Amino acid sequence: MIKAILIFNNHGKSRLSMFYQPYSEDTQQQIIRETFHLVSKRDENVCNFLEGGLLIGGSDNELIYRHYATIYFVFCVDSSESEFGILDLIQVFVETLDKCFENVCELDLIFHVDKAGLVGAPARAVSAVKNMNLPEIPRNINIGDISIKVPNLPSFK
Amino acid sequence: MALKMVKGSIDRMFDKNLQDLVRGIRNHKEDEAKYISQCIDEIKQELKQDNIAVKANAVCKLTYLQMLGYDISWAAFNIIEVMSASKFTFKRIGYLAASQSFHEGTDVIMLTTNQIRKDLSSPSQYDTGVALTGLSCFVTPDLARDLANDIMTLMSHTKPYIRKKAVLIMYKVFLKYPESLRPAFPRLKEKLEDPDPGVQSAAVNVICELARRNPKNYLSLAPLFFKLMTSSTNNWVLIKIIKLFGALTPLEPRLGKKLIEPLTNLIHSTSAMSLLYECVNTVIAVLISLSSGMPNHSASIQLCVQKLRILIEDSDQNLKYLGLLAMSKILKTHPKSVQSHKDLILQCLDDKDESIRLRALDLLYGMVSKKNLMEIVKKLMTHVDKAEGTTYRDELLTKIIDICSQSNYQYITNFEWYISILVELTRLEGTRHGHLIAAQMLDVAIRVKAIRKFAVSQMSALLDSAHLLASSTQRNGICEVLYAAAWICGEFSEHLQEPHHTLEAMLRPKVTTLPGHIQAVYVQNVVKLYASILQQKEQAGEAEGAQAVTQLMVDRLPQFVQSADLEVQERASCILQLVKHIQKLQAKDVPVAEEVSALFAGELNPVAPKAQKKVPVPEGLDLDAWINEPLSDSESEDERPRAVFHEEEQRRPKHRPSEADEEELARRREARKQEQANNPFYIKSSPSPQKRYQDTPGVEHIPVVQIDLSVPLKVPGLPMSDQYVKLEEERRHRQKLEKDKRRKKRKEKEKKGKRRHSSLPTESDEDIAPAQQVDIITEEMPENALPSDEDDKDPNDPYRALDIDLDKPLADSEKLPIQKHRNAETSKSPEKDVPVVEKKSKKPKKKEKKHKEKERDKEKKKKEKEKKAEDLDFWLSTTPPPAPAPAPAPVPSTDEYEDAKTEVQGEEDDAEGQDQDKKSPKHKKKKHKKEKEERIKGKKKSKKQPPGSEEAAGEPVQNGAPEEEQLPPESSYSLLAENSYVKMACDIRGSLQEDSQVTVAIVLENRSSSILKGMELSVLDSLNARMARPQGSSVHDGVPVPFQLPPGVSNEAQYVFTIQSIVTAQKLKGTLSFIAKNDEGATHEKLDFRLHFSCSSYLITTPCYSDAFAKLLESGDLSMSSVKVDGIRMSFQNLLAKICFHHHFSVVERVDSCASMYSRSIQGHHVCLLVKKGENSVSVDGKCSDSTLLSSLLEEMKATLAKC
Repeated sequence: MIKAILIFNNHGKSRLSMFYQPYSEDTQQQIIRETFHLVSKRDENVCNFLEGGLLIGGSDNELIYRHYATIYFVFCVDSSESEFGILDLIQVFVETLDKCFENVCELDLIFHVDKAGLVGAPARAVSAVKNMNLPEIPRNINIGDISIKVPNLPSFK
Repeated sequence: MALKMVKGSIDRMFDKNLQDLVRGIRNHKEDEAKYISQCIDEIKQELKQDNIAVKANAVCKLTYLQMLGYDISWAAFNIIEVMSASKFTFKRIGYLAASQSFHEGTDVIMLTTNQIRKDLSSPSQYDTGVALTGLSCFVTPDLARDLANDIMTLMSHTKPYIRKKAVLIMYKVFLKYPESLRPAFPRLKEKLEDPDPGVQSAAVNVICELARRNPKNYLSLAPLFFKLMTSSTNNWVLIKIIKLFGALTPLEPRLGKKLIEPLTNLIHSTSAMSLLYECVNTVIAVLISLSSGMPNHSASIQLCVQKLRILIEDSDQNLKYLGLLAMSKILKTHPKSVQSHKDLILQCLDDKDESIRLRALDLLYGMVSKKNLMEIVKKLMTHVDKAEGTTYRDELLTKIIDICSQSNYQYITNFEWYISILVELTRLEGTRHGHLIAAQMLDVAIRVKAIRKFAVSQMSALLDSAHLLASSTQRNGICEVLYAAAWICGEFSEHLQEPHHTLEAMLRPKVTTLPGHIQAVYVQNVVKLYASILQQKEQAGEAEGAQAVTQLMVDRLPQFVQSADLEVQERASCILQLVKHIQKLQAKDVPVAEEVSALFAGELNPVAPKAQKKVPVPEGLDLDAWINEPLSDSESEDERPRAVFHEEEQRRPKHRPSEADEEELARRREARKQEQANNPFYIKSSPSPQKRYQDTPGVEHIPVVQIDLSVPLKVPGLPMSDQYVKLEEERRHRQKLEKDKRRKKRKEKEKKGKRRHSSLPTESDEDIAPAQQVDIITEEMPENALPSDEDDKDPNDPYRALDIDLDKPLADSEKLPIQKHRNAETSKSPEKDVPVVEKKSKKPKKKEKKHKEKERDKEKKKKEKEKKAEDLDFWLSTTPPPAPAPAPAPVPSTDEYEDAKTEVQGEEDDAEGQDQDKKSPKHKKKKHKKEKEERIKGKKKSKKQPPGSEEAAGEPVQNGAPEEEQLPPESSYSLLAENSYVKMACDIRGSLQEDSQVTVAIVLENRSSSILKGMELSVLDSLNARMARPQGSSVHDGVPVPFQLPPGVSNEAQYVFTIQSIVTAQKLKGTLSFIAKNDEGATHEKLDFRLHFSCSSYLITTPCYSDAFAKLLESGDLSMSSVKVDGIRMSFQNLLAKICFHHHFSVVERVDSCASMYSRSIQGHHVCLLVKKGENSVSVDGKCSDSTLLSSLLEEMKATLAKC
């Protein structure tokens, strides 16, 4: 199950956050901060998985993240998710953003946070349990094949 | 008027929308907080307007602010308004806001029930969709109960979009309202075969999520999933199913056998790494569950390990990580096949990625053997030196200790080496794991007798250099080691080379800077040391030396007496007196050493950590039984006290002679000795045979080679563990040489006999003899302790409630609550069931005759279970193609019998068709057919069971064992709120002196490792209840808590509340804010809570005489009301105790199962109760001077009783 989706920039400023478990606002901010500290100190060429912070539930949870230009996309999931599956989901999510905003950049996320949230809707429909089959996504992606790279997200700066 | 309208719309044009807000925040980087508070004020204004568009815009902005961390719970009601807008774009904003900010504690959430129901049944699929999505985030038990039926209907909606969402949200509903699982499950199962792939995968997801928590209930679905797995091409679904099988196989090994083949095929064929990885994972799970006996067993293991090696060798860090992760799973059962890849894993230890290094460390844990332990630990030690971050270094430290101590120090051949490793670890700066090292030192020193001498010498060296540890790293945990060092030196002081020197080291003034609990150990062990020195000196006849030591003690102990720590102070002053007394005796030349050392005679044995829990309750001991007959009967009340006096007077003279009786004393002493001998916790001087390590004979078997070590055992100063590695190598080399010699001799002999064994010169673990004769004492356990690991289960697991047997047919009572008008429908079903029962009861008889008696008995008992088991057995025993899935549990319907018939027929056809497909030999086919027929018969039989019978048997939904009868708990404190820092519990007491006032006692417990200070309690007053605040403070100010809390400490604070009207219960919201300060810094934290003033808390237990009580009832100005509660099994005595305790009543009179009770409220209302207990039910009649108060009280009482 996906516990939370956090999107923040290189400075830890939250751009979009969705929690699928009730936390108070303060805890939410703490989780974002904690996650940022965990994720930001990692080099570019290390693996995309790490054990979750204390606040969001400890060792059963994993943080799976990708870093595009200035933005981190972090999914917090429990052990019932496939790690590669989530990586692809992030990929799909970013591609969808790219499609919606035509060369998406951080400013798009900042100013169209409501729309971004709705683009996240497939991922949010996922919310209850998550339905990995994303029919709304235009391209049929060979899931699991992690060699696919996002064609071009240079504008993501 | 028109002008006003125009003005309004112009105003609106200037309202900020979300983008303006975002832009504004970006433009006010310096004073962001100020800008936002200004915006919130604007939003508050906007929310007051009637225009829904304005409101929606305002809520939209609030949603954004919530994301930034601002509390928007105050706007909950406005959010609901926007949710109920008719326009979809507004509605969506409303639901989005609700999903972000609503939770179970939100008050207004119950207002949404009807709105959501309306949206769910809306003709627009988008309205329904948005409602479902939103609901998934804030569903509460109440909402789940009320809406479960609506959502279930949506599961068969025409639009797949809705079906999909409805299926997914059912999972949340199950979690909140477990009773809905059984009624909804048949339909959920149907959805597994939905034509739409999205819905199908949603159903797979939900069932996988459920099955992950309680796999055994979903075993019967295995055939269905197997079919899906072999037919589906959707990788997402495949991954989920394969994960599910991974959870199921441990329960049913035969399932694993069936899975191996298709899974290996998938591994070979798939190109998707994710699928490959999951397949490997499940194959591993299968192999773990299978006991050996599979022919291609090792082949599949090899395949997995090979594939994983490819993953680990890949340059992609993600693959590497997951490869290591999966490898560690194989390690548990097949360590050999992993050990061959040791090179690769050691290589990963040098990886620059910390996550990967950690995983590699996990693997190392399982890879050590006696042979390579030293080598691996040496490598780890070099990593410890290099490690930059403290977290990683701490992780390394714990791993080293884990690796060495695993399975009872199985792999350690040289404990001197281990001790020196531990000592080296103490030189780490800034580690948090001092206590871990300390625990290891203690454990080894206590359990390995042979090492004590060496350990003591090392520890005394540590104590000598204690200033190094204590001064530089005062604030971190490494000084914990001194705790162990002091204890070891004291307890095993006979091994000390220079006890006097150590004693002086322990009495240095610097010691007083150590934490209190360590000082306490110091003080205690100083005396042990002192005792042994005294003995030495006296034996040597050095009376002066002995006196000098005593003088040293008298001089130095006062520094501990002044300690701020209570424990240290108490021990020190006790001991100081003792030593002074000794000094006096010494002055008179009285030999004292014998007596002083007698204080510490005897040996301490290790006790297993769980030993206390495992002591079995002796037969015939009933812990719940009364020790004395409870005082109850009101008639004899006035006589009782006298009787008590009489008895006491009689008893006293009896006691005296018995004390004087020497014989009696001796007998008692004997009895006590006997008892002590049987008591596992009484520490005896010699360990009983059971305590010996079970493997000891094994260890003793190993030929112990007495080697004259070239290097003296006692290494001066702190040893380098590397020395031991060298020594060990030499030793092994020598052993090997000797062995080779022997082998050669043997070979020569063998040659003579012309028989040659292929004895390869491999050096297995067993060949390595330990350097010392090691006698590892096991930890003590009580005799006949029950071996169980069940105590690890968490009773608060939310998923436990979902542990529901899904194969039982549904009973009539198990329907989802539907809101409707009452009609006679319920009475119909039993009527229709009756003929069915009759029809069915005939058939089984025929069949039963064929069966043997025994079988019949069995079958009667377990019809249902067997049917299920048969199905599964049948499926599991055949080779593919798989049999059809077991029929879904029948939905209660009136023409059930018909249903069953057609279903069975259908299956028969199915079965025949499949049988023909089979290529198996004929006789086998027949056998299968027979089996199948039997199965179908079995099924018919099971169908014959009237659906109502389940009900008669008892509660259909088993949510756990019936609660044991229990006495009311001692504490009336109820949990208020808790988080990781602090736990709040409260008790509300009324006071008679001040009417309309109650005292709320709040116990705060610090459960974190930081110090909590600056605590403030702020409570939102209501009209009716107000907190009494110090003069001059306003309503919004918090009231400070008058203390600070160090870690682990709890304290109580009391607050007074003034209550206007006490006739109804009420709740007050409040917040506890505090500053948590630890080494890393201070953070400001908050904890919300909710004070619940129940009406019972306004009552004060007041005794009342029966005549006054009668008068009260007769007076007639009391209003009356009553409640009745069914299904109570608790004894009447306990019941009354419960009412007295929780509701502050006192019993006036009790006759049999009827009692009258009385209480008074703080405002002087009289409350009289008559409690009667019938069979399984309790009725409470109440009379009170205020009817509202009475009804609220009775409601509360009902809730209490319902829990009995």
